[in-house]
Amino acid sequence: MAHTINVDIVSAEGEIYSGVAAMVFVPAAQGELGIAPRHAPLLTSLKAGEVRVQTPDGVEHGFYVGGGALEIQPQRVTVLADTALRAKDLDEAAALAAKQKAEEAIRDRTDEITLAEAQAELLRAVAQIKMLERIRKLRQ
Amino acid sequence: MAGAKEIRTKIASIKSTQKITKAMEMVAASKMRRAQERRRAALPYAEKIRNVIGHLRLANPDFRHPYLVEREAKSVGVIVMSTDRGLCGALNVNVFKQTLTAVREWQDRGIEVQLCTMGSKAQQFFRRTKLNIAASVTHLGDRPHVNQLIGSVKVMLDAYVEGRIDRLYIVHAEFINTMSQRPVLRQLLPAEPVKSDELQDLWDYIYEPSASELLEGFMTRYVEAQVYQGATENVACEMAARMVAMKSATDNAGKLIEELQLIYNKARQAAITKEISEIVGGAAAV
Repeated sequence: MAHTINVDIVSAEGEIYSGVAAMVFVPAAQGELGIAPRHAPLLTSLKAGEVRVQTPDGVEHGFYVGGGALEIQPQRVTVLADTALRAKDLDEAAALAAKQKAEEAIRDRTDEITLAEAQAELLRAVAQIKMLERIRKLRQ
Repeated sequence: MAGAKEIRTKIASIKSTQKITKAMEMVAASKMRRAQERRRAALPYAEKIRNVIGHLRLANPDFRHPYLVEREAKSVGVIVMSTDRGLCGALNVNVFKQTLTAVREWQDRGIEVQLCTMGSKAQQFFRRTKLNIAASVTHLGDRPHVNQLIGSVKVMLDAYVEGRIDRLYIVHAEFINTMSQRPVLRQLLPAEPVKSDELQDLWDYIYEPSASELLEGFMTRYVEAQVYQGATENVACEMAARMVAMKSATDNAGKLIEELQLIYNKARQAAITKEISEIVGGAAAV
């Protein structure tokens, strides 16, 4: 078991994934992180994007997270996501609609708070769409 | 027949009460299922973040967040969860009893207590005691939302940072199963360390970006997650307790009706017998 690491992905809405992995990739606040087993303890925040879990038998699972926090212990990775979705649950139409709405909100912005909110919303929608495109490429 | 008529109206009134309690039982049952799902959903996040914070307590960082530093307790804060509505058995009473026991113990040691009540039952109850209520929130509804809780949680957190309280506890009912719920008292701040075999003795996290920046948001989220989890737990307990209370009320009403029916039948029979004997007696006299 030296070459695997336990992964738990939880969001406020429930447990998303729990299992072992050979490698985990996460969108950390300061750039993408690749986590191998026996990584040094680390604590960081996440931005909206994709978490990829490679299992020991070579299968890759994709998850969308809308920001959150990450803890790494040598034998365990814990992703505390604000919102998280399995890749297969992503809804492209909804993501596109959310993106459009966010762009509109930015265009006719009224005050600072709504602008910041809309920008965050846009970031989330773009991350979802990016991930969908990647999944589509993988399938082809 | 005066007695019989009275009994009949009494039976009718109990029957309509029974209908109400039966309806409340069914409403509580369906709400309980949803509340349990929400509780289950909130549980893993709250547990995981508690673990992470527990690890943080064991780390040896240069920067010490106030939420992680143990101070001598001169004054403590307690968040008390309760329901907004009654008719849920001894649920709230048990939570309040647990709170009062703890409060008395602290007061005996000369520690001041500040309360934060959640739910109108706690507010009503503790207003009658002489305890200091620092914050209060009511009408959380069946689906408590983090946004509703944040305000009063912030009051307690600010009090902690400013040193007005040195410990923060939460009391809420814990859902064991539908038939039993028990009150639990947990320490939120300073966060309690979680022992783990995976950890070495001397270590620290790598923080990205900086520890102070990261921990500020992280710790607030931790407290919010714990309080939110307490709230969902409490709602699940409320629904289960109400369902059980209403079920026994319905059963009791059924028993009462049966007994009254028997008395009614006897009274009716007695009246008839009396009437017949009067007629017979009258005929014999003629």
